[in-house]
Amino acid sequence: MSEPKSTAAPRPATVEVRVPSRLGFEKVAMSTAASVAKLMGFREDRIEDLKTAVAEACINAIEHGNRLNEKLSVGVILSAGPDALEVKVIDDGTGMIRQPGKQTAPDIDRKMRGEEDTRGMGMFLIQSLVDEAEWVAGANGNSSYVRLVIRLDKDAE
Amino acid sequence: MQIETKARVEQLTSPAGHPVAVLRFEGDIASTSKNAVIGTYQSLPKGTSLVLLDFTRVDYINSSGIALVIQLLIEASNSGQKVCAFGLTPHFTKVFTMVGIPKYAGIFPTQAEALAGL
Repeated sequence: MSEPKSTAAPRPATVEVRVPSRLGFEKVAMSTAASVAKLMGFREDRIEDLKTAVAEACINAIEHGNRLNEKLSVGVILSAGPDALEVKVIDDGTGMIRQPGKQTAPDIDRKMRGEEDTRGMGMFLIQSLVDEAEWVAGANGNSSYVRLVIRLDKDAE
Repeated sequence: MQIETKARVEQLTSPAGHPVAVLRFEGDIASTSKNAVIGTYQSLPKGTSLVLLDFTRVDYINSSGIALVIQLLIEASNSGQKVCAFGLTPHFTKVFTMVGIPKYAGIFPTQAEALAGL
């Protein structure tokens, strides 16, 4: 007698990476995210979008969350579900990550006139390149994280 | 652990016969790339009026690197120079477009098209 097949949704496959709080190591997280996304069948252009979003999220965690303290690390947890990949980028520090509202596009004209810092485009890029981006402050200012989600487009992928 | 940005300058002539300075970048362009990006640009001879930025051998650009490119464009604009870029991947062409760079520097797939665009 064959056993009845479970109808429960399969649990997401999870990959965890921990990188030092040193600029440059975001590339390890990028590569890992790209590998998981490729396994899931995402298109190449979506994988590139994800890589940049993960890089910017890691840089924020390194620079602002962990304040470049190399004794702290940045955790990256990737959860591959049936139709979406969720990436959480978690810092260990007490630095404050600004909780953004909907980011408008950077004003290149103001930057060119010197009226706006040329930097500060990371959060805009994150929000623009993934399907969901959520910033969550940790308790007592510790371990904030950003949650990114990209969804498989079944018709196009 | 970022791959160091390498930069070199090459002098070319546009199809119209004008001298063009080509800044060829290689490696990563990030917050540590100021000397390579801005420093190399500032070393251009006085009187340079046409500048091409070659990203063909650039593997990775983050938002700090894009900020340096914008800083270069500010200095170029203040000097009355025309700047075009080429060799970006489709992804980084999209990212440069998202932040508005094409308004101040033409972006082209190849060197030949960028020279023609000056």
